Amino acid sequence: MSALAEQDLRAQARALREGRASSVELVGEHLARIERQAQLGAFLHVDAEGALQAARAADAARAAGASSALLGLPLAHKDVFVTRDMPTTAGSRMLAGYRSPFDATVVARLREAGAVCVGKTNMDEFAMGSSNENSAFGPVRNPWDPRAVPGGSSGGSAAAVAARLVPAATGTDTGGSIRQPAAFCGITGIKPTYGLCSRYGMIAYASSLDQAGAMARSAWDCALVLGAMVGFDPRDSTSVQHAVPDYTAALDAPREGADAARPLSGLRIGLPREWFAQGLADDVEQAVREALRQLRDLGAQLVDIDLPRSALSVAAYYILAPAEASSNLSRFDGVRYGHRAEQYADLAEMYANSRAEGFGPEVKRRILTGAYVLSHGYYDAYYLQAQKIRRLIAQDFLAAFGSCDLIAGPVAPTVAWNLGEKADPLANYLADVHTLPASLAGLPAMSVPAGFGRAEHAQRPVGLQLVAPHFGEAGLLHAAHQLQRVTDWHLRAPAV
Amino acid sequence: MSSFALPGWEIVIGLETHVQLSTASKMFSDAPNLFGREPNMLASEVDLALPGTLPVTNRGAVERAIRFGLAVGAVVAPMSVFARKNYFYPDLPKGYQISQFEIPVVQGGKVPYVFDGEPRQAQLTRAHLEEDAGKSVHGLDWAGQDATGIDLNRAGTPLLEIVSEPVLRSPAEAAAYARALHALVVWLGICDGNLQEGSFRCDANVSVRRPGAPLGTRCEIKNLNSFRFLERAIEFEARRQAELIEDGGTVRQETRLFDPDRGETRTMRTKEDSHDYRYFPDPDLPPLLIEPAWVERVRAELPELPAQMAARFEHQHGLSTADAAYLTQSRAHAAYFEACLAAGAAAKPAANWIMGELAAALNRDELDMARCPVAPGELAALIARQADGTLSGKTAREVFAALWQGERGVDAIIDARGLRQISDVSAIAEAVAAVLAANPKNVEEFRAGKTKALNALVGQVMKATGGRANPQQVGEALRAAIEA
Amino acid sequence: MPLQSSDIQRIASLARLRLDTAEQAEMLEQINAFFTEVVEPMRAVDTSGVEPLAHPLAVLGELPLRLREDAARAPEARLREVALSNAAAAQEGMFIVPRVVE
Repeated sequence: MSALAEQDLRAQARALREGRASSVELVGEHLARIERQAQLGAFLHVDAEGALQAARAADAARAAGASSALLGLPLAHKDVFVTRDMPTTAGSRMLAGYRSPFDATVVARLREAGAVCVGKTNMDEFAMGSSNENSAFGPVRNPWDPRAVPGGSSGGSAAAVAARLVPAATGTDTGGSIRQPAAFCGITGIKPTYGLCSRYGMIAYASSLDQAGAMARSAWDCALVLGAMVGFDPRDSTSVQHAVPDYTAALDAPREGADAARPLSGLRIGLPREWFAQGLADDVEQAVREALRQLRDLGAQLVDIDLPRSALSVAAYYILAPAEASSNLSRFDGVRYGHRAEQYADLAEMYANSRAEGFGPEVKRRILTGAYVLSHGYYDAYYLQAQKIRRLIAQDFLAAFGSCDLIAGPVAPTVAWNLGEKADPLANYLADVHTLPASLAGLPAMSVPAGFGRAEHAQRPVGLQLVAPHFGEAGLLHAAHQLQRVTDWHLRAPAV
Repeated sequence: MSSFALPGWEIVIGLETHVQLSTASKMFSDAPNLFGREPNMLASEVDLALPGTLPVTNRGAVERAIRFGLAVGAVVAPMSVFARKNYFYPDLPKGYQISQFEIPVVQGGKVPYVFDGEPRQAQLTRAHLEEDAGKSVHGLDWAGQDATGIDLNRAGTPLLEIVSEPVLRSPAEAAAYARALHALVVWLGICDGNLQEGSFRCDANVSVRRPGAPLGTRCEIKNLNSFRFLERAIEFEARRQAELIEDGGTVRQETRLFDPDRGETRTMRTKEDSHDYRYFPDPDLPPLLIEPAWVERVRAELPELPAQMAARFEHQHGLSTADAAYLTQSRAHAAYFEACLAAGAAAKPAANWIMGELAAALNRDELDMARCPVAPGELAALIARQADGTLSGKTAREVFAALWQGERGVDAIIDARGLRQISDVSAIAEAVAAVLAANPKNVEEFRAGKTKALNALVGQVMKATGGRANPQQVGEALRAAIEA
Repeated sequence: MPLQSSDIQRIASLARLRLDTAEQAEMLEQINAFFTEVVEPMRAVDTSGVEPLAHPLAVLGELPLRLREDAARAPEARLREVALSNAAAAQEGMFIVPRVVE
């Protein structure tokens, strides 16, 4: 029988349920893999002792008849979620050694569902980045190709799942931070509708955009994990009270008028012309078109749509997110927690030096940009204009969903690039153009493995992006799951 | 009222008042809203601005803002917005204060107050909800260095910042407005009004100008937490500005602090280094929507307001504006006065007793009206005994003193101390005979037509009877005896 | 050039970030590149009559603020311990900073 860790979350859950494996075995095997794959840099902290203890408790609970959704299953958290029993750094030197007195709501929910947290995954500092090279604790390597970046900012979670170090992990997505690393690492990731997952205990980058989500091997696994993450939280004023369907049950629910051969019959999938414009790499476009052909074979109807302001999303996002970040990161002043400089003459210097030493260049760049667009005389021209553009982009989606049920396109214009290849920040920003629109509109979106690049990129995965209307997670997961029933991209594992 | 004046100058004053709302919990966290605990014992994860924490708005604070808005006849905004005011200060844990900027919850309104015996109204600009900062404790020793300690117990306390238009024209008038506003927020039960604990703090915007001239450059004096300091600070600042201009200088717009010991204000921050607060709508908090139904419910629960009650006292009971204002300075005063009337006392004597003997006694023993040891019923009984001639002014004060000391029952006290006026004719006749015999001179003068001389004799008899005789009776008895 | 080096200095001090001259020059160049190539085209878009969108779900209609009932929960002493233990300097239950001049 193949190693448990080679199997996906669904299979591991079955093995536990049927008593073919214990949580202690399962967790132990993953801990061993994490140790062997330390060179990937996927983890910032591993709690073997705590994990095994939790695994023993889970086995005991199961023996006593318990059967929660994730009972005894190993899982990792992006280090942006605060945890009571492990350090939390958000990938920043600023928070080295910080201990939170409480757990993030998402962390608590997953624990209540029985999941065993093995550790905290590496990330771009304060979730600012798309290559994971902005981590203060070193980059993460792409398990498919050690020269390549894993994407970001949830690069550690993506690499950990791709390398089978954990069957699933949490991530956060502000402008694509779940979808893009999922695509670069050949795994499945979902960012739900803004407001579905509580932001309490998730260290804020851009409050009106941040949203937690699930990263795993398949749509089925994502459905299982997401179902345990979402839900109303009174501690988050932007958390929504919305009835949450059973996502796993929805995966195989037959569509009206559809049959087993053509399960997506009647589903209209919109293809934004702007998302297939120039700048999209040929190998990525080819893989995406092939996935679209398979969706059509499953009965879906492909329709051309327009999202005319898509290109403006880069400007809107990189004004709004830094503006919110410049304010969200003001609490890191070295007074109550976080890095405090050794050298300072007075309070003003203590602030300026502590923050200069604690933050990395990309974080400083966004704080400066954010402070600038909010500063006296520039607010209307930049911040307010960006918020108006944001409404136009959201309205474009609402209009588009009048003629389609889902929207499909690439996650990123290219496959993963090489470590150190994209030194220019602007080039990184522009590469987010496909994920930013759904983020600005607060829409649920997924990345589904759809093949690989060509030539020297033959080992670099390509992701298909699917976007649904607000609260359309079930339909999104259903389509992705049906696609994964007839494709095996999500089953491919890197040779690590 | 106030002697302070700057000949040839008009003083223009507007007040920004920070009112701490009397909620159980804080503005955006569920930590208790209390004063005077060990440092940081009342600071929750949210108040400490720990990474990952988020604000959740307190319904009780919003309801108090609505109550205030209705009380001053303002517009209660159906939609208002919480914004972030960004600046760095050690006792501001998030690096920004959640406040309301472009769209406040209370818009406009008027605060009535009495100045120089006449009723006036101060126009308000707005009142908005915000959170208080923590406290900086200066002058600590940290590893041999002069350090400041940060206590975040106060951080997150709900504040209603009430902004008046620059309509006040003298330090005394500013103080009168501030006192009326203080009385109002306490009356409404939205603030405990404790000045020592900083529950009610004023910032004064002061400028001077030649009468009729456009507004001068203003200076803001921060954190005045006593009406006396407020008045003195404005007096000093107005004089400073006037003298500066008279000496050919110009006023620089700046923020100043009042030093009570020196009785002067000094520069805290000039406009040049004033902050760029980078206000923007708080993305953690959607717009605050207030349903009309909620406003109407609060309106229905609103008590009779001091100004309305004062007006009622004037017509119903013919009290003067000043007396009516005095009796409505607090719910306790008004309640006491009305209880006296309910117990049968007439309005005017009741008012006089409350503003006279009672006020003096409260003042002497540093008690507030709520803790007055003399029940309204007792005072009413006392007034009745004075009216029916049982007590003279002097003996009435003696009975009041006894009541104050805790004795009960006006009649019991009168009897126990034998204070009942003597109306027994024979007893009076006795005293009269004795006095006449002892003072033949006065008797002669009276016979000679000097009516004044009778008063002297009356005085003598009153003295002889320990003030317990009825003066009229004595007068008549004397006349009768002399003319007999 | 949308930004001048004086802007970088101004916002760096607003944001309490010490930047050496080399960093300032690099930031200026990178931020300007973003503004010139990406932001200026957005500024040119006619948005007259368009309401700003502050919360993504507000595009679906009114998104009211949820209010909390006014009930207090006393923080446990343990919280203060953990909080103070995270601080660079603490004394007598307070966070310590260099003398604040006022």
